[in-house]
Amino acid sequence: MPPAILIQQVSKNFGSTRALDKVDLEIQPGEFFGLLGPNGAGKTTLISALAGLVRVDAGSLSVMGHDVQSDYRAARRHLGVVPQELVFDPFFSVRESLKIQSGYFGIGDNDDWIDEILVNLGLASKADANMRMLSGGMKRRVLVAQALVHRPPVIVLDEPTAGVDVELRQTLWQFIKRLNQAGHTIVLTTHYLEEAENLCNRIAMLKDGRVVALDTTEKLLRRFSAHALRLRTDGAMPDDLASGASESAGWWTLPFDSFDEVEPLLARIRAAGCRIESLEISSPDLEEVFIRVMQGSHQGQVN
Amino acid sequence: MRHGGFTTLFYKEVLRFWKVASQTVAAPVLTALLYLLIFSHVLEGHVKVHGISYTAFLIPGLVMMSVLQNAFSNSSSSLIQSKVTGNIVFVLLPPISYLEFFAAYVAASVVRGLVVGAGVLFATFWFAPLTFAEPIWILVFAVMGGAILGSLGVIAGIWADKFDQLAAFQNFLIMPLTFLSGVFYSINSLPPFWQQLSHWNPVFYMIDGFRHGFFGISDASPWLSLAVVSACLMVLAAFTLNLLKRGYKLRN
Repeated sequence: MPPAILIQQVSKNFGSTRALDKVDLEIQPGEFFGLLGPNGAGKTTLISALAGLVRVDAGSLSVMGHDVQSDYRAARRHLGVVPQELVFDPFFSVRESLKIQSGYFGIGDNDDWIDEILVNLGLASKADANMRMLSGGMKRRVLVAQALVHRPPVIVLDEPTAGVDVELRQTLWQFIKRLNQAGHTIVLTTHYLEEAENLCNRIAMLKDGRVVALDTTEKLLRRFSAHALRLRTDGAMPDDLASGASESAGWWTLPFDSFDEVEPLLARIRAAGCRIESLEISSPDLEEVFIRVMQGSHQGQVN
Repeated sequence: MRHGGFTTLFYKEVLRFWKVASQTVAAPVLTALLYLLIFSHVLEGHVKVHGISYTAFLIPGLVMMSVLQNAFSNSSSSLIQSKVTGNIVFVLLPPISYLEFFAAYVAASVVRGLVVGAGVLFATFWFAPLTFAEPIWILVFAVMGGAILGSLGVIAGIWADKFDQLAAFQNFLIMPLTFLSGVFYSINSLPPFWQQLSHWNPVFYMIDGFRHGFFGISDASPWLSLAVVSACLMVLAAFTLNLLKRGYKLRN
């Protein structure tokens, strides 16, 4: 089976701005893949290139083995994209929009699948409402539905939960997780790192158009983010410890790599005459990984 | 439900203007009717063209002008709206070839042009004795003229980034070309310089050939008009297809 997505040495400039710089990525069928990075890192450009919305200057991209330029028909049939912008066609109802979108993909009788999508996305009661009448969250659901009308094996969601309420987020992720379990490959960009951490099995981080980190979520967390002791004391932290720690609102955070280090750390605090008032151990999280990767402290470790 | 890239996009484009028919069909029919009432009131009885009453002469001109202007409006306004609102992605993401894209937008423009043209004809032909001498020319020039302006509309819609740029295209190119083409007069009545200049206006041949279908008489031979209009359509279609193939502004 060819990779779900294969991106090789892709570069793209907008004027003098380098949006993508020799990007390589290979995503296997069935993955739940996260594409993270700050605004302007090149995530949307990469997705646009994959969808054929932008032509790249160098390199090649394929979806399920189909080149997005030379074999664009097959590539686009295998790809469903949920765009970041909240766009809609004000002339049509929800059902009309979905039928038209099906027709573009050459699918005539798609009513059963359309009904199933509508139900799963909580849109059934809005099926015959005009797009203009829908709230922002409802419009977002329709965008997801439109990306799914042709049952694409690869689904790309570009910040699908930006500005979306909790309920929709839950509905959406339940549905997307089910699609993933059914074998669909999911690629997700988001600014909610917790979402990426919970959902994605593998993550790539982009910065200035380059992939600066790429690994399984678990390994990324282990490699870049340490455990930490968070504690409050009644006195000042000893200088030698304070230099490697950070303090906020009375809570000290002391990072450590192995649990063997916990006892000696506590012993040193005690030895300095401090009494510990409160203590907890925090686990690595993706936000910290993200910040450390973006600060460039681990660029040498990119693989 | 219709399916396939061309069929669906064509259907969607027709449905789009039909849903707002009061604005896209009824309004231009009323405008043309007002032109007819005003000009025929002023000129009927004073002017005869090719031995035909002025009102009868005017009607085919107004019909064809409506066909052309509405064909242009359809593709250009649909594209600029889709671009400005961003929903153009719905058409760019599916496996629709540039050829299908072009054909669908132009065909829908032709349909809009013909629907409005038929409306104008229906609203006006009570006012003067019209004949249909060689109806095949009527159809040929209406369809080809609509396709040319539909194609121009695609170019304008793709090129313009904002509504005022599209309005400039319409006001400074399409309106003068259609108004100064013999809709309201025979160019034989013009001073020699303007007569010469009119021969460089392709819209003149569209209207002249179209009118020939009604009266069997025209300023230029319908065959010459057919040649000019065909050449014009081919050049514009090739130009537009090239823009689309390169993804000009749409895929960048």
